[in-house]
This record gives sequence, structure tokens and C-alpha cells, in this order.
Amino acid sequence: MANGHQASGVVAQRLAPEEIAANFSDLHAPLAPHEAAVAADRCYFCYDAPCVTACPTDIDIPMFIRQIQTGHPEAAAKTIFDQNILGGMCARVCPTETLCEQSCVRETAEGNPVEIGRLQRYATDQLMAAEVHPFSRAAATGKTVAVVGAGPAGLSCAHRLAMLGHDVTVFDARPKAGGLNEYGIAAYKSTEDFAAKEVEWLLKIGGITLEAGKSLGAELTLAALQADYDAVFLSIGLAGVNALRLAQEEMPGVLDAVAFIAELRQAEDKGALPVGRNVVVIGGGMTAIDVAVQAKLLGAENVTIAYRRDRAAMPASRFEQDLAASHGVKLMFNVMPTAILGDGAVTGIELEYTRIHDGRVTGTGEKLTLAADQIFKAIGQTLEGVPEGLAIVGGKLAVTGPGRTSLDGVWAGGDCASGGEDLTVTAVAEGRDAAMDIHSTLTSC
Amino acid sequence: MADLTTEFLGIKSPNPFWLASAPPTDKEYNVRRAYEAGWGGVVWKTLGAEGPPVVNVNGPRYGAIYGADRRLLGLNNIELITDRPLQTNLEEITRVKKDYPDRALIVSIMVPCDEESWKAILPMVEATGADGIELNFGCPHGMAERGMGSAVGQVPEYITMVTEWCKQYYSKPVIVKLTPNITDIRRPAQAAFAGNADAVSLINTINSITSVNLDMMSPEPMIDGKGTHGGYCGPAVKPIALNMVAEIARDPVTHGKPISAIGGITTWRDAAEFMVMGAGNVQVCTAAMTYGFRVVQEMISGLSQWMDEKGYTSTADFIGAAVPNVVDWKDLNLNYISKAKIDQDACIKCGRCYAACEDTSHQAIWMKEDRVFEVNDAECVACNLCVDVCPIEGCITMERVAPGQVDLRTGKVVEEEYANWTMHPNNPMAVQAAE
Repeated sequence: MANGHQASGVVAQRLAPEEIAANFSDLHAPLAPHEAAVAADRCYFCYDAPCVTACPTDIDIPMFIRQIQTGHPEAAAKTIFDQNILGGMCARVCPTETLCEQSCVRETAEGNPVEIGRLQRYATDQLMAAEVHPFSRAAATGKTVAVVGAGPAGLSCAHRLAMLGHDVTVFDARPKAGGLNEYGIAAYKSTEDFAAKEVEWLLKIGGITLEAGKSLGAELTLAALQADYDAVFLSIGLAGVNALRLAQEEMPGVLDAVAFIAELRQAEDKGALPVGRNVVVIGGGMTAIDVAVQAKLLGAENVTIAYRRDRAAMPASRFEQDLAASHGVKLMFNVMPTAILGDGAVTGIELEYTRIHDGRVTGTGEKLTLAADQIFKAIGQTLEGVPEGLAIVGGKLAVTGPGRTSLDGVWAGGDCASGGEDLTVTAVAEGRDAAMDIHSTLTSC
Repeated sequence: MADLTTEFLGIKSPNPFWLASAPPTDKEYNVRRAYEAGWGGVVWKTLGAEGPPVVNVNGPRYGAIYGADRRLLGLNNIELITDRPLQTNLEEITRVKKDYPDRALIVSIMVPCDEESWKAILPMVEATGADGIELNFGCPHGMAERGMGSAVGQVPEYITMVTEWCKQYYSKPVIVKLTPNITDIRRPAQAAFAGNADAVSLINTINSITSVNLDMMSPEPMIDGKGTHGGYCGPAVKPIALNMVAEIARDPVTHGKPISAIGGITTWRDAAEFMVMGAGNVQVCTAAMTYGFRVVQEMISGLSQWMDEKGYTSTADFIGAAVPNVVDWKDLNLNYISKAKIDQDACIKCGRCYAACEDTSHQAIWMKEDRVFEVNDAECVACNLCVDVCPIEGCITMERVAPGQVDLRTGKVVEEEYANWTMHPNNPMAVQAAE
């Protein structure tokens, strides 16, 4: 018997297993072949297409859509993978509404873009379902590269390097590869263990050795990697979490959203995860949306996202905001947390209304209190565990051009590196471009 | 609502929409449903000579060409004439005509090219009370191999000969249905009228292979690994049919003669276009086969609305109205100069006009910063390709350069006077203007 929405406190099994299963099924159902044909027919095959310009990995979108249209989805997938080896995951998690689909001329024309993301998924699913890997390795170069971090940037870099004939070792602190694809991202965006399957498929190229459970500063040192390998690529992500800097932040019930999302992704039985009756999420990015929606899907009765700026400033796209709202999440703008309430366990949160002065957030003095038995912190991640000697800019590894760090022979990409948005697709592009630069460096001397 | 009553060869029908002789008109059951749905007339599926009826293939009879969303654009068939006994058809025709006296009912006929065969069948058809006959000289598949259908329609002398027999042994209107599988449609039309035909109807289907099965290496529709050419129809053939109707309508020999137009008519607009091009009525098949008989209701309401908007009170008001404007190329005004103009507010910046012009035409469209596309009047020859490939209707238009203005492409002042190729100095055969 499920505990229900109204059970007080933080409890597991609020919903029946079948409800949980339905709630965490695919956010966007895959396109059926005829749907794909109709969706593909809407593409105008634009000249110098704006969608391509908007894609961080420069996928030739009109071409792959045309290949779907002409009955060759696997060829379409090859076009996608040529630019973005994690095109399958990107098809699921890319904020297409702010990238390719936003710039689609049909969005301009009728507010209804070509469904690029779903078409990309259609194509990549077809090829991956056939369990073939469309790339093969060039002749061995005898060069070795260490990649630290098996997230999107690391995997993308490793695949490209392996393809070019180098031998790659990928290290990761966690037991499974995939990085945020495996441990981040809302569960309903990566169903049926897709992230793990994608890694398995990617590794089919050969030449990539995966070493899990090894992290920089513990089992590994940059100096040793530099000595043992011809090049090093760092894609260590942002392991730290920002704090609210409020009293009682360590109280039970105050949780790190990133850890909760990871736990949910790994949970065999999602319903076993305890969730509050009243949940408040602090933050305004994708992590805030992901944790808020999933809390609702687990059966929380009231979920509120409290964001300190206005809607227009919210990093989460309007699509994501609406997704949260459609699940019954309440979005509050211009409020910031000022106190965590409770004695031994969280009972509520005090918020203060804000206004923006010269871009800075200040309190108005007016306050309100929300009941809360769970508070999720989703206010950003920070770089952690950076080896000595690497220059930092804006809290990230300083890179120039295609991911060159301040140290010769060391490249970096993904969320840990400066430049670009913290998106899967951006990480893939950075990993790929660094690989090309590593390749030309290794083969020119 | 404008009155759509149409009189064609003295045959009155409540609207100009007839079903063409084809599978939808093969049986009493279908024809009754068609009349109930509102069709103004029916041309009964082609009857053959008395005796054992023809047999059809037992595999697929149709092949298709699709547009977006599997919209049927073209259909091809290898079905023969009716495969039911002649007597059955005659009895049904008699019954149906009796029950629907206000609707047109024409009987299509195809028998061997000898006088006896026609002499034998015509009195039987006459006895049904049907309003007229249509001679099927058009089917390009199957029957043509047996010296009938398009095999007759391709020989003007045969057309005249058979038409004369029909006029001799049958008292009501005789329509000759023409095949488009010829080089000059005017010759068979002239031949029909030379044999005293009351009207021609066109086009019958076009010889075609819709597609090839690349696994079986066989044309589609495929029967046991083989295919044959069939007759093509549907929206895809409309432009071909329109031209052929226009050619007959403006030929001095046949100008003003009654034409029943056939060929991809799907909407009221298609019908209106054929009628202003000289057709007294239209015949429809593929649209009905695609959407069912109910589709005629849109045609009826659409044509009425258009007539109301234009102030036409009868179909006779506009039949043939566009024919005077169909001319030879040499008669086109070379002093009419226009330039493409892109409405920047309507433009969605897809760049298709640019790709088309830059790659395949005259390099007359600039792609400027921020994907602003503009026409370079100094290069634009007004070919219209940009208009045709633009996904936004009305975004690119052809604007006339007013007489007196300079055409930036040629540097010459646009002249007011009409001037065509026959008068052009580059034409070695130029007709000298009278001094």
C-alpha cells in the first residue's frame, strides 16, 4: 500500500510501483517511422542552416533529416555521429528549445520548429539498436593519451582519439562511466539504462581502456599521467556543490540536489527513495528543475522552486519551466532563502523577496515562510581537486583554443573548463575538438 | 450560392462534376452511392463486347507516388475495362438512370475496331436510356495490346472512322476520350470532330511505371516478380492535362468545341481552372478513389463560392474565359520586365531562394549579414525560381519595372510598347514592322 502524497515528513513509497514506473517513463516518446517521415518532411533544407550554426557540435542537421526522409535513418545517424558521438544522449537531453529548434526557420515562421531532437533520436536509436558501430580505427600511431573523467567530454575525446589510431585510457572516480549522463540528468530523459548502453556502444570502436574508481589527487596524479602518457585530457567536471551559507545547513532534510538526482538515477527501485511531503528547491537551473519534477514524480505533495531572480533571468529554459509547472511544481521568482527552520529536522524555510539593483540581488525586507521537510540545494557546482600548476579563470580550468590548458601536453574540456555553456552537447564538442588538437600535436612531432 | 447546373451536349446535370469512367463507376452499387453523395454525373466504367468478359490480374492493380505525409500525388493502374458481363452492366445502367433522371449518365465503350462490333453494342446501350456514350480510345495498358484503347486513340484515322460508326448507329451524344500518349493532342481531337463527335474528353491516363522494387528488380505494381506499364493519373498529371485541354481549346480547327476535362482534378479550384481553359465540365476519378465520394461536396461549395465572389451566375459565364490568354511563346511581350522582390518582414531566412539562385540560376540574390536575403536587380532575370522554392507564400513577388524606368540588368529604359520575338532584332526571321 503506497503512503500517498499527504503522508507527513520524508517518506519512501509514496506512490504505487506502477505509478512510479509510469512517471519515470520516457519524457518524449520515440517517433514511429511514419511520424518521423512527416516530421522530416517539414525540414526546408535551409542554406547555411541556422540550426547547424546553433548546434555546439555543428551536426549537419538538414542533411541527416533528409537522409531520414529518404529512408536511410542509419545513414542519418552516421551524419550525426560524425560530429557528435554522443548524439543519442544529446537527442534526449539537449535543450533544443534554446539551440537548434529555437533557430529553426519554422520556429520563426509559425512558432513550431522541425522536431530536430526527436528526429535525431529516431536516427540514432535505429543505428544503435542494430548494435553496429559505424566507425573504425585508423592505423595505430603508437601514441597514448590519458583521459581523466568519463563524462561526455572525456568519452567524446577518447572516441575521437581512438578513431585516429591512438590508445586511450579513460579514468573515472565513479564505478560507472558516463559522468552526468549516468549520474546526472532526470531519469525520465534517459530511460532503459540508455547512458550505460551508449558507453558500451561507444567503446566498441576499440582502443579505449576504462579504469573506474580512480580519481585525480587520490589514485592518480597529473605528473604521473604526464610521465606515462603522451598527452592528458582533463574532463573532471564540477565535483563541488555551492552552499547556501545559512545556519543549520547540515540539518537532516537539507540535501544536495546533484547527489539526490544521482541516487535516483542509480536506484533499482525509485520508489524506495524517501521524499518530503513539502519540498523546496533553491536554484533556477536545469538541476533545480530536474530535482523538483522528480520529487513530484516520487509523490511529494507540494514542490516549490525558489529562484532569486525573475523568470527571464532563470537559466532553465521556458520549456523546462513549463515542464515543471505542468507537473504541479510551483515556480517562485525573486525570493532568496534567509533561514532554515526546524529543530533536529527541517520543518520549513524562510524566504525574503528580492529586487535586482545593478544586476545584484538584494532583499526587500519582506519575508515569507514555506513549510518544508526537504530542501534541495541546486545553486551550482564548483571545480574541485584541481592539480597544482594549472591556471584557473572564473573558477574553471583556463583553456585557450581547442582546450589547451596552461600546461603543455594537458588539455581540458567539459564543465571543468572555461568557455562554453555547461551542456552535454558543449562538452562533446570540446572533447572532440581537443582530440583533434591532441592528434595534430602528437602526429606533427 | 451560385447555381452550378451545367448543360453539356444538351445533357443537364446539377453540377459540372462527373465521375470519370473508372473503378468507382463499375457497378450500380458504387454509382448509386456517388449520386447520393452529390455527383452531377457518372461515366460508367467501360463496357466491352458481348461474350466472356475480360479478366483482371489477381495481384495489385495500382501503384502510387506520394508527397509529404503519404499524400497521394499520383496513381497508376493496370486494371482493364469492366470484367462483369455486359448484360449485367446494361441492366444496372437502365435501373440507375431510371432512378436518377436528373443526373448525367454516360456509358463508356471499348470494342474491337470493326463496324460490326460497334453496330452490335450501340443499340443495346441506347436501350438503357443513358444520356450518351464515351468512346474509350485512351487506356494505355492491357487493352491497347489487343488493338483497342490508346491503340485506336493514337491513329487519327481510326478515331474518325469509329466515331462515324457511332454517330451512325447511336442517336445520342458521342464523346471521344483521348489518350495523352501521343505527340500532338490536336490531331486526335480534330479527328474526333471530323467524325462528328459531339465532344472530346481528356486526358486518359499516361503511360507510366510508378516505381521500381529495388529488391526484386521489378516495376511496381509487381505481380509475381514482374510489372507492366500502367496508366498514370491523379494530381501529378494535372499540368499535362491542362495544357492538352488548352491546346484543343485554342486550336482554330476545334476552338469552341465541347470538352470534358479529366486529369488530376481534386478541388474546386482545379475544376475552375480546367473550365476557364475551355472545358464544359470535368471528370474526376483519383480524388474520389483517395478520399471517397464525399469529396464532391467541397468541390460544389468551393466552386459556388468562387462564382459568387466573381459574380458569375452560371458556369457558362466563365467556361473558356482564359483561352484567349493562352498564346505561343513568340507572342509573349518581351518588353514586360519584372524583378523579384523579397518581403523582409515575411522572410523566415531559410535561404532556399539564395541556394536556388546562386547554384542554379543567375546569382541575383545577395546573402547579407544576419541572413538578410536581397535581390540584385542588376542580375535578376525574373525567372521566378525563387518564388517557386520559397516556402512562404507571398514572401517573394515579381514586381513589374514600370515603363520609363531603367532595367538595371540591361541598362536600357523599359519601353511601354508591346514587343515580341517576331519583332525582335535578334530574330533572323523578324517580321519587319510596317513603315
